[in-house]
Amino acid sequence: MKKTVGIFALLAAIFLLTSAVEPRFMRVGNIMNMARWTGLYGIIAIGACFVIITGGIDLSIGSLIGLAGSLFPLLVASKGVHVVLGFALVFMLSLAIGLIHGLLVTQLKLQPFIVTLCGLFIYRGVARSITGEINQGFGNGFQGLRLLVKYRLFGVIPMPFVILILLGIIAALFLNRTIYGRYLLALGRNENAARFSGINTDRMVVCSYIICSLLAGFGGILFALDQNSVQPSTFGNFYELYAIAGAVLGGCSLRGGEGTIAGVICGTAMVEVIKNAVFFLNVATESEFTVIGVVILIGVTVDELIKRFATNRIVSRE
Amino acid sequence: MMGKPAVTPFLEARGIYKRFPGVLALNNANATFFSGEVVAVIGENGAGKSTLMKILAGIYHPDEGEVLLEGREGKIPTVSRATELGIAFIHQELNLSDNLSIAANIFLGREPRMLKPLNFINRKAINRKTREMLERLKMDCSPAMMVRELSIGHQQMVEIAKALSQNARMIIMDEPTSSLTQHETDRLFELIRTLKARGVCIVYISHRLVEVEQIADRVIVLRDGQNSGELQRAEIDHDRMVSLMVGRALTEFYQHKAHKMGEPRLEVSNLVVPGRSREPISFTLHAGEVVGMAGLVGAGRTELAQAIFGIRAPLSGTIKVDGQLVRIKKPSDAIDTGIILVPEDRRTHGLILEFAVRHNIALSSLKRYQRAKFIREKEVTRLARTMVDELNVKTTSIESETAMLSGGNQQKVVLAKWISLRPKVLLLDEPTRGVDVMSKSEIYQLIEKMASQGIAVLVVSSDLEEILRISDRVLVMHEGKLAGELQRRQLSEEAVMNLATGRQ
Repeated sequence: MKKTVGIFALLAAIFLLTSAVEPRFMRVGNIMNMARWTGLYGIIAIGACFVIITGGIDLSIGSLIGLAGSLFPLLVASKGVHVVLGFALVFMLSLAIGLIHGLLVTQLKLQPFIVTLCGLFIYRGVARSITGEINQGFGNGFQGLRLLVKYRLFGVIPMPFVILILLGIIAALFLNRTIYGRYLLALGRNENAARFSGINTDRMVVCSYIICSLLAGFGGILFALDQNSVQPSTFGNFYELYAIAGAVLGGCSLRGGEGTIAGVICGTAMVEVIKNAVFFLNVATESEFTVIGVVILIGVTVDELIKRFATNRIVSRE
Repeated sequence: MMGKPAVTPFLEARGIYKRFPGVLALNNANATFFSGEVVAVIGENGAGKSTLMKILAGIYHPDEGEVLLEGREGKIPTVSRATELGIAFIHQELNLSDNLSIAANIFLGREPRMLKPLNFINRKAINRKTREMLERLKMDCSPAMMVRELSIGHQQMVEIAKALSQNARMIIMDEPTSSLTQHETDRLFELIRTLKARGVCIVYISHRLVEVEQIADRVIVLRDGQNSGELQRAEIDHDRMVSLMVGRALTEFYQHKAHKMGEPRLEVSNLVVPGRSREPISFTLHAGEVVGMAGLVGAGRTELAQAIFGIRAPLSGTIKVDGQLVRIKKPSDAIDTGIILVPEDRRTHGLILEFAVRHNIALSSLKRYQRAKFIREKEVTRLARTMVDELNVKTTSIESETAMLSGGNQQKVVLAKWISLRPKVLLLDEPTRGVDVMSKSEIYQLIEKMASQGIAVLVVSSDLEEILRISDRVLVMHEGKLAGELQRRQLSEEAVMNLATGRQ
């Protein structure tokens, strides 16, 4: 919990600094724009967080976004499939992908990095094949459906952010209040001890990969509705890295067993705020990645130093 | 120097104080060590012996007090400085790289080199020196052998060889026999005597007082960070040590009571455990009895217990609980049928150390404290409070991180976690390993209480003293087979060892 406060403070600091330099940064329109992006990326970051808590990683998120983002308009707009069926098919595909990841990791004991790295290649390839490399979109149609991302609650709050908050509450309740959440945190810390406690650790790990892929698939649809132009070869590229960066900035440890949903949302917001600040501070666009990388590195370094300072004070006895 | 203590001590610690947040770990502790003697340092967990040793080995720094090296004031700021001074620390958990050979481990970080600018490792020199060293320790292994292929006992010998190759003059051994077989322990003692004759000072830390009686020339007893007494060779005996450690007489401790044997609770027939030996194993545990399971390390006792609990699937055979045939494929099946295994290693298998005490206690029984899969925190808290009181777990709060507790109290948390499931059959694997005398007797009383409630208890233990003390009946395993069974009246160390070593 303390960690979340730290991230929140850092977020506030960046806000104040940037707006001091450039007042336009603090305009409602700009803040809501950042909230929209935070919503879209936050949804996939929550998925990444579940896998990271088990001590795993999912590198296929971006490619799955590409696949879902191309498949959904392809089905709904080009092939005339009913919207509900379109959602159902994308969700089923995502679920199957998560299930396969989870089974390969738990049953064949393959390393999550390798499994999902292969996924990264495969789903991108599939997205390009099924679309024949042709851009997908909804054209001028489906205005009603596109309100799912375009609508503004009370006229200001963008829908993706609303969806993120709703999903975030559900995810946080699941992680902190249910027995399954406790099982996930336990097995992320010490899988053997969890297994000896009668926890079906394999099932929980599979579950977390399914959650991650489902949220990536859902995220893919939302990104597609938002952008309305999906280039199958690039759509969603690197998004898994933003998701992981958000989760790690938000206090997830890649060693597993650590992480909060509130932290992940703050972490994602941080990445978006940095991106936006880079734009407003007139940093050359080509330096954007450099700045993001450096800021994240500083963030995790400071966090590690604080942690070390804290543990030095509480040296365990004996 | 040889054989008898020199006049000036090799090392002397005077008036050492060491504070940790919330605890005064050492409160004016004193200790003197002479070359060529074996000094046992004993005390309950939390008495400060590890802290004192870590100060001597350069791991911790004292807040107050002085250290004299051969009569001169000195400082031991780092572990490498301690090594230079000839002080070696062999930890309970060995510090070897098991993916490297014996030779590579002994010379790790100070390999003889060749082809100067390239700094290739001079393998020939390493192997030759290692072979000499192993011969001196009467170890019959090739220097090229991988450490992971060695038994724990041999790995420990490698650590000792490493210390000797660094010209150690004082070797601190922390619970060196905790995972050794009787035979390996005998060999270690032989080696300790040889080293002593060569003028090395051995500091021996152990909870096993029988061993201390055998090997120590002098015993330093610590209690609450202070010296509570010192015994010379002629004065060393079990009861004196215990009363100095706990500050009261031995008669208050656990005495074995015969239990009334009830109906069969667990019937294991022709169980084949995957592993080297594929002998079918059959035995029965009755309600209300405590059965000890003895055997050498590696005899297959842990594997058997884990097979019953569903950790590793048995190849064939049947298990009955209260006369009902049960199928156990995973630990949750075992828990559902009322069979519980308290695992051997609390750090790797028993606990989530980073969790609060409360969360650890409830972890295995969460299913019973939920509504629509949501945890009923109030009930979990009540359970944790009850168990902490019942088992007398010393912790500042049930919200404390479990890692902050002492070994004995962590072990009680492990037991609390399992007992709260109210099992029918309780399998305990090394329940008192690395636990202090007081906690030990509390754990024995707990086992007693469980049995009196009609639970069938099986205690796997490598501690013969423990087996003899608590068992109504003893099963002995040897190389994956049940080698025999001893009733209480037939019990003796010799009888158990004969079966365990396959001499009959």
